[in-house]
Amino acid sequence: MLRTSLKALAILGGLLAAAPAAQAAEGAAHIPNQGFSFQGPFGVYDRASAQRGFQVYSQVCSACHAMHLMSYRNLRDLGLTEQQVAAIASQVQVQDGPNDEGQMFERPGRPSDRFRSPFPNPQAARAANNGALPPDLSVIAKAREGGANYIYALLTGYGDPPPDVHIAEGMHYNAYFPGHQIAMARPLNPDQVEFADHTPATVENMARDVATFLQWAAEPELELRHSMGIKIIVFLLVLAGLAYAVKRKIWANAH
Amino acid sequence: MASGLHNSDIPNPVLRWIDQRMPIFTMMQKEYGSFPTPRNFNYFWNFGALAMVNLMIMIATGIFLAMHYTPHSSMAFDSVERIMRDVNFGWLLRYVHANGASMFFIVVYIHIWRGMYYGSYKAPRELLWMLGVVIFLLMMATAFMGYVLPWGQMSFWGATVITNLFSAFPLVGEWIVTLLWGGFSVDNATLNRFFSLHYLLPFVIVGVVFLHIVALHITGSNNPLGIEPKGPQDTLPFHPYYTAKDSFGLVIYFIVFAGLVFFAPNYLGHPDNYIPADPLVTPAHIVPEWYFLPFYAILRAVPDKLGGVLMMFGSILVWFVLPWLDRSPVRSMRFRPIARICFLLWTVSFLVLLWCGGKPAEEPYVTISRFAAAYYFAYFLVILPLLSRIEKPLPLPESISRAVLGGGPLPAGAAAKPMEKA
Repeated sequence: MLRTSLKALAILGGLLAAAPAAQAAEGAAHIPNQGFSFQGPFGVYDRASAQRGFQVYSQVCSACHAMHLMSYRNLRDLGLTEQQVAAIASQVQVQDGPNDEGQMFERPGRPSDRFRSPFPNPQAARAANNGALPPDLSVIAKAREGGANYIYALLTGYGDPPPDVHIAEGMHYNAYFPGHQIAMARPLNPDQVEFADHTPATVENMARDVATFLQWAAEPELELRHSMGIKIIVFLLVLAGLAYAVKRKIWANAH
Repeated sequence: MASGLHNSDIPNPVLRWIDQRMPIFTMMQKEYGSFPTPRNFNYFWNFGALAMVNLMIMIATGIFLAMHYTPHSSMAFDSVERIMRDVNFGWLLRYVHANGASMFFIVVYIHIWRGMYYGSYKAPRELLWMLGVVIFLLMMATAFMGYVLPWGQMSFWGATVITNLFSAFPLVGEWIVTLLWGGFSVDNATLNRFFSLHYLLPFVIVGVVFLHIVALHITGSNNPLGIEPKGPQDTLPFHPYYTAKDSFGLVIYFIVFAGLVFFAPNYLGHPDNYIPADPLVTPAHIVPEWYFLPFYAILRAVPDKLGGVLMMFGSILVWFVLPWLDRSPVRSMRFRPIARICFLLWTVSFLVLLWCGGKPAEEPYVTISRFAAAYYFAYFLVILPLLSRIEKPLPLPESISRAVLGGGPLPAGAAAKPMEKA
């Protein structure tokens, strides 16, 4: 009985292990693990880092990258107060309407508004970016192999190309981008932003913070998911013990 | 008795009143209470019940997801993310549903494997087995259409590749593809009909599962020894023995399921499906969901398109005739030393195909796929028919109770025919 159940486990393990083979495409560079706080079954978000990451996003990335699935109200989950969220939202002008006269009008943003997109449509984004389309960053951490580690690697992976690599006009060398040629110019430079908590604005710190922020944006449910999961697994382990005891008891006279 | 009230022995008066007029409680008692079940099941016999539970989980979560999902090519992706963010516990519903599909295939693959290993497809259970193959085909269609609904890049391009397979058929191919698409490319009409069919097919599955169970309760279950029960000493009532054993298996299954949902919800998915569908950008490698990879590898192993499509469909359709390819009267591989090794190698070939299906269509994977696919078919079409003639099986135990209890009482007459010849 034990032997067969081990066999079943082995088959199951084989199926599960074979699955990510489906994803191991691309001869891309190995992405180092940054040991983010949200990794692992007990992982939670580093709120301060995610807040700094939002600052980097809004002062740097948001010039080109939209996050159309995010609302300003979502920032309260990062520890910002209602007043802070309202102040952040009110800094942008959003189009609303039509009003009673049938006219569209601009008004200051509210917490319920989605993050304002830098371009009205993909064509405008391409026209402003040398033909390249800056991807929406709402779920980017789920949409790239390696997730936040990839984002960190990409943002810190700029440099001079090796001598045998030819970089096309208007493109930039990146050690981690698939194909190593990326249209986005080096986005982060030292001391580009000034953090309120006096964290040094090195490229590595900013990349780490923005990767944390983007992971949170992609998986806002992660902390609840982890804490629920732990409780449910512990409960199920106890239940498994009970179910096995019941089974043993019932079968005691049947063997 | 031509008509009149059913003679019910249900103690509760209210339930008895119902039972006399519609004996569903008597039926449940007969089919799930006292139903005589071989006493020697191992844990592989849990997977039928697990598949049943999994189907119910899929239908329950799916119905709630459909309340929030928008089947439109311009809104589907965002509506799924809205479920993840703004619907109360929507992320849980969606991750249970998405990983539930993977769990369903894991469970059903083990269930099918068990049927093959212990010869559950053999007489008198051929129809039971064939209904199971029908369920598997329906599951594949349902899962494929479900994966299209989030309208990500893999949804779109997977749908494009798979539906295009039908164009390989001569004369009617193009017509079938246009019918599947509802137009001349994968577009909104495709998404709409896939959503409609994705909602419909699970209920068809429920219907065929019902027939599967009806057939099961006529022939009774097979068991690890592959010999029929010869009397009450060989069986146990389904309840409480197997309800208790299934309950334990169910909790273990839930632990694996919860591990995926809560700690690796996207592990079995593909990152590209979090990129909204774009008909103008083709992903570098289009791969189907992991549970289709063995068949995808067979498709790509054949250089000719029509040949590949036929081989792919044939690799499952061959299961239908398995009861007639394997003519050996011995069911369980425990007593078939050569067939056992050949079948375990077939299992390896299946897993190799699964692995190759996820790799790009280049060397050495194509060659490996060809060898694995050749063995996959050779096992069914050459090895099993041949072994049916030449293999000398090990002696079968006299009865289940003898084998399990080590010399229990033998009923009169049972000893007279020691070899079970189905």
